[in-house]
Amino acid sequence: MIQTEAVPPILEPVSRLLRRHPRVTLQLNRAVAPFENSAKVLLFSCNMCGQCVLHETGFTCPMNCPKQLRNGPCGGVRMNGHCEVKPEMMCVWTKAERRARRLPWWSEFLRIRPPLDWRRKGSSAIINMLAPPFEDSKERP
Amino acid sequence: MNSSTPARGRFERALLSGRPVVTCEISSSDGADPEDVRRRGRLVRDYVDAVNVPDNTSGVVHASPISSCAILAQEGIDPIMHMTCRDRNRLALQSDLLSAALLGVRNILCLSGDHVIHGDHPQAKPVYDLDSTQLVELAIRMTREGRYLSGREIKPPPDLFPGSAENPFAPPYDFRPLRLAKKVQAGTRFVQTQIVFNVERFAEFMGGVRDLGLDRKVPILAGVAPIRSVKAARFMRDEVPGMEVPEPLIRRMEQAGDKKARREDEGIQICVEIIEDLRKVPGLAGFHLMPINWQSAVGEIARRARLQPATAPERTPCDDTAPTPVTAALGAASAPGSLPLLRDPQERGP
Repeated sequence: MIQTEAVPPILEPVSRLLRRHPRVTLQLNRAVAPFENSAKVLLFSCNMCGQCVLHETGFTCPMNCPKQLRNGPCGGVRMNGHCEVKPEMMCVWTKAERRARRLPWWSEFLRIRPPLDWRRKGSSAIINMLAPPFEDSKERP
Repeated sequence: MNSSTPARGRFERALLSGRPVVTCEISSSDGADPEDVRRRGRLVRDYVDAVNVPDNTSGVVHASPISSCAILAQEGIDPIMHMTCRDRNRLALQSDLLSAALLGVRNILCLSGDHVIHGDHPQAKPVYDLDSTQLVELAIRMTREGRYLSGREIKPPPDLFPGSAENPFAPPYDFRPLRLAKKVQAGTRFVQTQIVFNVERFAEFMGGVRDLGLDRKVPILAGVAPIRSVKAARFMRDEVPGMEVPEPLIRRMEQAGDKKARREDEGIQICVEIIEDLRKVPGLAGFHLMPINWQSAVGEIARRARLQPATAPERTPCDDTAPTPVTAALGAASAPGSLPLLRDPQERGP
């Protein structure tokens, strides 16, 4: 259940290069993050979780959901499709579902998304995809 | 408490029995008196296969369902513990799942949880580290793989029986069966729905569920509840998001007047009629009663609607014993050498 993004084959060499140089990658991540994030904040009210799923959710950031659900709407959506916590706001997932249905890769919307890695918050999702910033292989005795 | 607890697995056996299953929800203790939980448990125990205990319902503080469920288990009642992601991060969730298993509580209803904004501590910081689908996946991983989310081994692993909820009455309606499909994919073993007042909408939802074949993969219990007064009906309609109370029902409660006996009788009658209507909807494995703080109504509803627990020893043969598709499928699944959906916990490898 650990977050693993598939790297597109065309970017595989870049990914390999970045993985070989973790310290440079970290610097690059820090450099890219502000630009990537400010663009996504403007376009999609991104919350900078660092593990972007915008393409799967009809370009609607699920982190705007007050419950930060990653796998679809809760049972409290109002009859008018608005949020139970913020009645003036359209439910993020109602919106996401409507938009995602129009995309050719609609089936991606139905993928079970794993729990977030909170260490990635604020970092660049693109660089994270190419080279995972944290090793999860720490063995405990 | 150990694996020989007699209460253990009664709910699972009921789901396998091929007969309609009945569960009921009682609130967790609101004080420090264990007798209170026992009393409410005894009120409903003869009518149901398992008893749900919610987890800080609508964000209002109660005793942890672990304690109430452990008390019910001591009473010989198979408890279904609600576990919400609202109050716990992934460490606390895993710890509480394991604690529940230690106390003989293995049925877990995995929920996201009502937001704190509707509760008695709206200032609180909600957690939502995982969501309900991820929680189902986590419980399944702990049971089947015997590992924590971190990958560390659990020795010995708990034997959890995780379930999910679904609300067919909240938009986007088309997506609700698909959302249930995700939870089934995550490994959910049973489903309990939100209270049904609008049977038409529910039948539509079940149509979607049947189209996806979900009713054959997992038993679905329809939520039903008696309405106690017209005030309660209006409250549910206006104040509880995701709850749909049709206007005709409210008018019926209005016509029943203010006299307590009269309006309570009408509320129970409406509930019984909804159960009768739901019996015509294919794909259901049973009913989940939610008599909000009105446990004494359960007996009356069971009598009028001819509901019996599937696991009752003195159960008399009655007209509705034909196995539903799902229980037939589950029965087949539990045959030796078949898929691990409902395998015997003792069969697990070392």
